[in-house]
Amino acid sequence: MEATVVFAVAALLIVGGAVGVIFSRNPVHAALFLVQTLFGVAITFIDLDANFLAAVQVIVYAGAIVILFLFVIMLLGVDKAEDLEIEPIAGQRPIAVIAAAGTLALLLSVILSVGLDFTGGASSTGALNEVRRSTPFGSTAEPATDIRVLGTHLFTDYVFAFEITAILLTIAVVGAVLLARRPLGPLEPLPEDDPSEVAP
Amino acid sequence: MTLADVHPTTEWYLVLSAVVFCLGAFGLLVRRNPLVMFMCVELMLNAVNVTFVALGKELNDVGGQLAVFFVLVVAAAEVVVGLAIIVTIIRRRPGSDADDISVLKG
Repeated sequence: MEATVVFAVAALLIVGGAVGVIFSRNPVHAALFLVQTLFGVAITFIDLDANFLAAVQVIVYAGAIVILFLFVIMLLGVDKAEDLEIEPIAGQRPIAVIAAAGTLALLLSVILSVGLDFTGGASSTGALNEVRRSTPFGSTAEPATDIRVLGTHLFTDYVFAFEITAILLTIAVVGAVLLARRPLGPLEPLPEDDPSEVAP
Repeated sequence: MTLADVHPTTEWYLVLSAVVFCLGAFGLLVRRNPLVMFMCVELMLNAVNVTFVALGKELNDVGGQLAVFFVLVVAAAEVVVGLAIIVTIIRRRPGSDADDISVLKG
């Protein structure tokens, strides 16, 4: 019963936030609805025993990514309301409705027809149940086993992917700085002299 | 079967994530503001994350949660680079929408 109520609240938060993101005319309101959805997803993660991911969801998504969105909205001053009535491409919205509804129908038919019968499926990488059994909920003897299992597998089985993401993040930071840097002076013509010889 | 006997199964989470994924896809198709389009991409990524965690619990496999971890990192990188591109475009042409990004050239 409680699990059903938790699921219903989380689902309402998620779907309501998603609808709000799509239909709010002001980008700032859309960002705040996105925060609502992300919190709903965090509740779902806790419900599914992914406590560490729920914390990361709140910290990284709601705390960093949405703040980045809000920074850009306010930095650029694009927070004026957008008229949603105009339709720039004729027939775009009916086609979008058909495409989204068709995708949803396909996904639902697959989910509801296949049936999940994984009971007893052998786990190749991690055994979440064993850890959960050894530390019951509320025990203070060995906290954060969730993190321990994740970390162990991240730095053994998935260490190559981990290194790749490190490189990806470095490239992203360098690229963002390069793109968003305000050019010093006019762009053209390009200086032909050695920059070190330019008088200060 | 009363209401008290109903427990959320993995299918419920999969249906929820399918609904959110399609809402995000719909928003991505209809909105013109590039920032809101990025938010819709985030919605779709989060829907997939719910699927990963739900199936990871169903299969008793930590790989689902690790996949979410990597999705999170890639989403952060994508948002950083995408917002930098949007900042550059809107600084050149104030009031740009998605149509102006078709002229992404040097």
